[in-house]
Amino acid sequence: MVYTLLEENGMCQYYDLTSMPGITAKGLFVSDKFNYLDNKAIQDQLIQFKLADQVHVVFYLPQIHCVSCVWLLEHLHKINTGIIQSTTHFEKKEIKIVFNPSLISLKQVVQLLAFVGYEPVIHLGGNDWLKKKKVNKKQLYKIGIAGFCFSNIMMLSFPEYLSNNALELGSLRHFFIYINLLLSLPVLLYSARDFFISAYTGLRQKWLNIDAPIALAITVTFSRSVYEILSQTGAGYLDSMSGIVFFMLIGRWFQDKSYDSFAFDRDYNSFFPLGVTVLEEGKEVNKPLSALLKGELVFLRADEMIPADAILLTEGALIDYSFVTGENAPIEVAIGQLVYAGGIQKGRSIQVEVVKPVGQSYITELWNSPVLKNEKNIEKSFVHPWSQYFTIVLLIIAFSSGMYWSLYDTSKILPAVTAVLIVACPCSLLLTVTFTYGNVLRWLGNAKFYCKNAAVIEAIDKIDTIVFDKTGTLTNHEDTHLEYHGMVLSEAEMIAVKSVTRESLHPLSKMITQFLMLEVSDLTSFQKIENFIGKGTKALCNEYEILIGSSSFLKSNGIPCHDSLQGALVCLAINGELKGYFAVNHAYRDGMDKMVKCLQDKGYRLHLLSGDHPIEKAHLTHLLGKEIPMFFETSPADKLAYIQKLQNQGHKVMMVGDGLNDAGALKKSNVGIAVTDQTHLFTPASDAILEGREIKELHHLIDYAKKAKLIISYIFILSILYNIIGMYFATSARLSPMVAAILMPISSISIVALSALLSFLFSYKIRARN
Amino acid sequence: MGVIVILIIVSVLVAGGFLLAFLWSVKTGQMDDDYTPSVRILFDDELIIKKKEIL
Repeated sequence: MVYTLLEENGMCQYYDLTSMPGITAKGLFVSDKFNYLDNKAIQDQLIQFKLADQVHVVFYLPQIHCVSCVWLLEHLHKINTGIIQSTTHFEKKEIKIVFNPSLISLKQVVQLLAFVGYEPVIHLGGNDWLKKKKVNKKQLYKIGIAGFCFSNIMMLSFPEYLSNNALELGSLRHFFIYINLLLSLPVLLYSARDFFISAYTGLRQKWLNIDAPIALAITVTFSRSVYEILSQTGAGYLDSMSGIVFFMLIGRWFQDKSYDSFAFDRDYNSFFPLGVTVLEEGKEVNKPLSALLKGELVFLRADEMIPADAILLTEGALIDYSFVTGENAPIEVAIGQLVYAGGIQKGRSIQVEVVKPVGQSYITELWNSPVLKNEKNIEKSFVHPWSQYFTIVLLIIAFSSGMYWSLYDTSKILPAVTAVLIVACPCSLLLTVTFTYGNVLRWLGNAKFYCKNAAVIEAIDKIDTIVFDKTGTLTNHEDTHLEYHGMVLSEAEMIAVKSVTRESLHPLSKMITQFLMLEVSDLTSFQKIENFIGKGTKALCNEYEILIGSSSFLKSNGIPCHDSLQGALVCLAINGELKGYFAVNHAYRDGMDKMVKCLQDKGYRLHLLSGDHPIEKAHLTHLLGKEIPMFFETSPADKLAYIQKLQNQGHKVMMVGDGLNDAGALKKSNVGIAVTDQTHLFTPASDAILEGREIKELHHLIDYAKKAKLIISYIFILSILYNIIGMYFATSARLSPMVAAILMPISSISIVALSALLSFLFSYKIRARN
Repeated sequence: MGVIVILIIVSVLVAGGFLLAFLWSVKTGQMDDDYTPSVRILFDDELIIKKKEIL
């Protein structure tokens, strides 16, 4: 159907661009789904700019993945003339569409996108990351200006270096030096501003961060240069100063250039739909979610999310809570029962009556808990204490060389002391740290492990306890299979059971039918069938009286069932005798046992928290080993409390989970890793995002993240070596601008190169598979 | 030697021109996306027009 549309518009080139354009219109195309976009309040939230004949709107399309995507999306105007222009941003996975509202409505635009396979992700926290961009621009300005000044100062300093003091053209020499002084002002006043601000705020909090000695070095270098220039005793060290500022800014930019298309800070708002369909006096009205009130009737179509805790009013509810509770299979709900926000309706359309406002439902309440209110307390980086020692040693050396010269040649006190401060600024430490973290972040990203920032890598280094969620983390959401436990069924019995389950639309029944399909192919007719919604089915088939359903359903029909038979399973009784049960299992991801084993060998303490029923406990124990504490039927609040308990015992906890039920725990933990199968569609707030099939590599990834500190230590040793050389010149009061100008780029470039090389070499394990 | 002074001033001004061009390009968002434009430039529309004519 997409092909027909493209064919009609002469856009078959799409299929020529790549052999596998590989987008598919997901599921059934429900045009009613976007009705809420007709609501003006919602439109105003989405539209960026509006004129009478054109409207600008930006959507987030996580499905963008190849050249064909870009081509198709940028040629939307060929499909519908109402679209004036569409521009994609590949890395952010965004599309900006300009359309003519008199020809096509916002809803139709979204429908068109969904139809060609790019359903936009629309949520309330939509345009949060637009703010981040501006900050980034300022950083680029600073780098540009510093680079310009640095290269010009360097060029104008060459005559000074090479003339060997034979430059007799006094006026020309002064001309060069004064231009240099002029060029260094923007570097000092604009480009290096962040270092001064950060050092100042650090000092006000009585704490010496790494920017403090850097700010000191910049100030000393500049003042000595100005002094030399004005007193006409030398040319100063302006080239070294602007060079170091330039390199450090590049380092910071390199480290901070992270993943634009990932949103790490989502709260529950991002998961809920923007609008809901409300029934008012029998008519469907679209409303923004925020305007939803208690007591209103909400109309939900298939695959829509329940926006607030509500009471079910019509039949046919089949709610998938896997995202909220971690439960495996959809649950059938009877009229009058409570349905919880965050569940997804899997059956046909239903009506519900809201009983609690959106912000107070079972799942959203977690966010109001005071534990989550305060920000994660970010530990100060190990770099700062290092730079503190560095500063102390530096001051001691400066002081002692000053003492030394005061005994022999008092005229050399000032040159020696200032030279020490100029040469030995911890700039190389900052360069090492920023470039190494930048590299490590990139290699981890290559292995589909996306960290929010460099602080996460340092936090991983300190972890000693890892807590796993089960559903969706250790297991795969998309891969389910059924298992039968109990007495062996005869063929006639199987035929009878299959004939009964075939009649039901319940997903578990469908799975059982499919499961038995492999065993028997015949069907038989039944005499009597009774369905009890949310409980089970009772049927009479040939001479068999079949009872199939939950254990409580069988119990109420007088069949003794063991209490342990709970959760996503279907019990079967024939002629009043319990035969066995069908259990739904999500398949475990490959390599879990090995990954768990490796992590244990490395001395991590592992825990398992599951929102599911404990039927799989035996299997899990077999798979993961006996030593792992396992907890089942844990609520989101329980998980959060458990993490907090571990932290109170002094552990540094990493939480690996998916879904909203883990959101609290992910936020509370020292490092929260969200696991996702669909390319970052639904990830709760976290510090890092890991692709589902890469979780078997977790031990390698953690290992590599820990290597970052090692790499930094190695390079730091090298930079100390440079510092000793520089110190030799400085303490002997022989630091010429030329030595400084040679030492500075050599040390900076070798540090950057070594950092890139070491991070590449250490990453061989996580690269091995790609 | 006075010509060197003029040349240096000219060279700094030329370099300054490039700096301004860079700042302008950042400001107008040309540095925001460093992948899509490289793809976009390769799409050619003529091919499709020809196809339509044949049809």
